[in-house]
Amino acid sequence: MGGRVASLETASPLDRIRARWFTRKTQYSLSRNNLVGYLFVSPWLIGFFLFSLIPIAASLVLAFTDYDLLGNDIRFIGLENFDRMFTQDLRYWKSVNATLRYVFFAVPLRLTFALGVAMLLNTKRRGVYLYRAAYYTPSIVGGSVAVAVMWRQIFGTDGLVNALFGLDVRWYGDPKYALWTLITLAVWQFGSPMLIFLAGLRQIPNELYEASSIDGANAGQRFLRITLPMLTPIIFFNLVMQTIQNFQQFTQAFVITGGNGRPLDRTLLYPLYLYRRAFVNYEMGYASAMSWVLLLTIAVLTAVLFVSSGRWVFYHGDNR
Amino acid sequence: MSGISIPKQTATIALSQRQKRFLKALLYHVFVGIIGLAMLYPILWMVAASFKESSEIWTNVRALLPETLRFENYTNGWKGIGGITFTTYYKNSFIYAGLGTVFQVAASAIVAYGFARVDFVGKKLWFTLMLATLMLPDQVRMIPQYIVFDRLGWINTFYPLLLPRLGGAPFFIFMIVQFIRGIPTELDEAALIDGCSKSGIFFRIILPQLKPAIITATIFSFYWTWDDFMTPFIYLTRPELHTVSVALRSFSDPASATDWGAIFAMSSLSLLPVFIIFIFFQRYLVEGIATTGLKG
Repeated sequence: MGGRVASLETASPLDRIRARWFTRKTQYSLSRNNLVGYLFVSPWLIGFFLFSLIPIAASLVLAFTDYDLLGNDIRFIGLENFDRMFTQDLRYWKSVNATLRYVFFAVPLRLTFALGVAMLLNTKRRGVYLYRAAYYTPSIVGGSVAVAVMWRQIFGTDGLVNALFGLDVRWYGDPKYALWTLITLAVWQFGSPMLIFLAGLRQIPNELYEASSIDGANAGQRFLRITLPMLTPIIFFNLVMQTIQNFQQFTQAFVITGGNGRPLDRTLLYPLYLYRRAFVNYEMGYASAMSWVLLLTIAVLTAVLFVSSGRWVFYHGDNR
Repeated sequence: MSGISIPKQTATIALSQRQKRFLKALLYHVFVGIIGLAMLYPILWMVAASFKESSEIWTNVRALLPETLRFENYTNGWKGIGGITFTTYYKNSFIYAGLGTVFQVAASAIVAYGFARVDFVGKKLWFTLMLATLMLPDQVRMIPQYIVFDRLGWINTFYPLLLPRLGGAPFFIFMIVQFIRGIPTELDEAALIDGCSKSGIFFRIILPQLKPAIITATIFSFYWTWDDFMTPFIYLTRPELHTVSVALRSFSDPASATDWGAIFAMSSLSLLPVFIIFIFFQRYLVEGIATTGLKG
């Protein structure tokens, strides 16, 4: 605004008219802007209240009740759901265990593959776009039931994996391996973080690499000293997004394991168990309490990542 | 004589360097190509299996190509479950994915314009809240929503699937906001002077320029809706309302499934819309993810 006024003397007559017109216009259109603005965002705003805010508040209330969909009277039971969850429900802890293992392995592995392949594809060679499409393909179909069905069969006892590698492993029957079939499926779909890494790699100024070659740095040093630090904002972004997403994994675990977390609840991911409590047992109060624990876990983890980011994420223009 | 031998030497050096570069390129393509093929192998295997005889699939698991190309799996699979054919399932999927996508993208574009170009009181707060909802796990909304839709008698209708989409989706709103911010404001201002209203500016000036962002949002919205399993699974429990993804799951139930050729045929077929869009709109997809960090 200040700039506009200061430049008035040197501006052309047309500009001057335009500027004066705008000041008058702003005064009388401020309230009008409010109306128009709210009209435009109203679809989201209404949806936000109806389908996010009110349901979230409702699920917080439900978390302290024994509400079920079977027609029994609703009672406030205080912290009983949480007490039961944390101290009595053994299956709950099995599902927490499975989920933490899943996220702990799937996210870093997926990001490692994504970065590795992105570096391979960060070249001007001919045909690279074909490879990019090939590597991204698993991600575009990965959320589908079709791929889950396929994955279940290729890891079956007489499936492709055993046949190709001459193994005789019962991937889904053996508690040692069952979760790993889900983790490999997650890692296989590294396409989206890969594309984001690829865009990030292209942003790194070439001069940095040229200067370091003159100084005699080898490929490993260049990766550790230039690529990795320059990519930290993107690594951070991917890490946050992937962590949030992988905590919510449902469809594949549901289809592949038949929805009951077998064997021995090793694949009973949190959303799967929550689904069972809500829609198999109809314990809506208990399931709501579970959903709030999930929400808080994700919130705390995200906060921890954000706080830690001050130590390891470098933004351009940082002089540290 | 010596005058000739010198260029000859440099020629051999140049050739060997070119050979070296060629060798390097070859190595690169072999390495990256083989990994790429390995990535695609499970999908290729499934598609190939859909043309095999059911018994052939498991007796010779390693073989990729079928002995004879059979289309019976597709005709058998299409018959579906319990007298309900895949025609019904595809119809339901297209209702959900078609209308759901149109609703979601249209609403997102309108909301995005409000956030990007109109100054109103509380804009910052709402925008921040909208971004915060990106991090919300769906599970925390799911149960109360289900209870209310159940009370309204809307189980086994499309309302619970489609109504929430009229509010747009934070991902797409954010993406389109970023895109609108990149459009110069000169045209807006000129139109404003000419007496054009804000909605006039949106429909006549901004919307035509939004094409790439809208295409990207449409593709992703369609993908995610097409693949969505949880929502239709919870709300559409009657078999004649099942979508393709829900039907595939019952169709392939390990307890009862026997005709694996047909199962793979229907699974492959369900991926076809996704692949067709991918082939034609690859550029939009890649740019969309790279610039906004969309999930997937």
